[in-house]
Amino acid sequence: MHELSIVDGALAIVLERADQAGAKRIHRVRLRIGALSGVVPDALQFAFEALVPGTLAESARLEIEEVPARFWCATCQAEFQSDDMFAECPDCHRPSGELRAGREMEVASMEID
Amino acid sequence: MCKDCGCGLPGANPIRVSGHGHEHTHTHEHEHEHAHEHGPGQHHGEPHDHSHSHDHAHGHSHGETEHSPGDSDHTQREARRTLELRQAILGRNDRLAERNRGFFRARGLLVLNVLSSPGSGKTTFLRETVQLLRPDVKTGIIVGDLATDNDAVSLRKSGAPVVQITTGTVCHLEAEMVSRAVKQLDLRDLQLLIIENVGNLVCPASYDLGEDLRIILLSVTEGEDKPLKYPPMFQSANVVIVSKTDLAPACDYDRAKALANIRKIAPEAQVFETSAKTGQGMDAWRDFLLKRCREQQTVDPLAD
Repeated sequence: MHELSIVDGALAIVLERADQAGAKRIHRVRLRIGALSGVVPDALQFAFEALVPGTLAESARLEIEEVPARFWCATCQAEFQSDDMFAECPDCHRPSGELRAGREMEVASMEID
Repeated sequence: MCKDCGCGLPGANPIRVSGHGHEHTHTHEHEHEHAHEHGPGQHHGEPHDHSHSHDHAHGHSHGETEHSPGDSDHTQREARRTLELRQAILGRNDRLAERNRGFFRARGLLVLNVLSSPGSGKTTFLRETVQLLRPDVKTGIIVGDLATDNDAVSLRKSGAPVVQITTGTVCHLEAEMVSRAVKQLDLRDLQLLIIENVGNLVCPASYDLGEDLRIILLSVTEGEDKPLKYPPMFQSANVVIVSKTDLAPACDYDRAKALANIRKIAPEAQVFETSAKTGQGMDAWRDFLLKRCREQQTVDPLAD
């Protein structure tokens, strides 16, 4: 269910913008999903297929761009990448509480005609 | 609808906000365009009894973008174009939350978003908090639950004005619900607004309400590893309250382990260990809030 509601929110944005742009059809929808957003890309695909029938995006392809997680270490004044929620700075080994990227859930773009 | 669990699908129970006797109902609107088109393979082979006409003359000029309701679509290969959207899926909530935040700051109001799993003792803890702060700080409360106003009734015993939001099927509060609920509170005398979120350690993590501080309760009866099991929620905490410490001996609570787990997920969060029942640790929490309420009076509402 988790992913179903994300796709529902994304579709609401996409369909509104397609309508404004006078699109006849949506061919492709691209999402940006952070590595730590807690969302599974396969489940997004499944949800997308379940929700698009009867909409302009009926035959659209869903593409998912994964955004790696980046943390900020206040001690080293540097960013580091980690796929772990319990991220530790690789240099000073202190835990970081500041996630700078990786929680994204964003509609990046779509292709229409 | 909640992005995490899918609750609150359109058309489900309306959300109610009830403060003093009257209620407002509200449903989330979803306007999807449902274009009347035929799917692949359905164009010609199947019998139709639609009353609208299908023009199969292939006579449209390419590049035409007009779309009258009766047209069937034969122009799939028309020039495609890419629209950059770059819109956060929860962007609308984030915008409304920022609006709330500006409104609260302009009034010098400190706002807490209080989160925990069901049964961690939020309501009792908050009732005690309100009483300890009086008369220095006057508090208003917004409380969210799926159903019943039991918590509101309990919290009103503290003497604070309380607005109950019953969310129907929605498992979290959203910024818009808070902005509607707050209209039912007389904010003029208040210095502190406490929002008791729906008991849930998953979904409310994603929804900013416009609060200054996120307060997460963890009762000693829940197990020391709760922060590790629900990292997004604990990671977003400004303050972690360990509650029901009077029950620690009865459930073999490992204090060092629990604190280490909290630090691991939320290294910058302030931790208070409290028992609302015995009052243990409540003074430190009260002093913290008194200080923050005083500071809030001088916050520049337009500062970051």
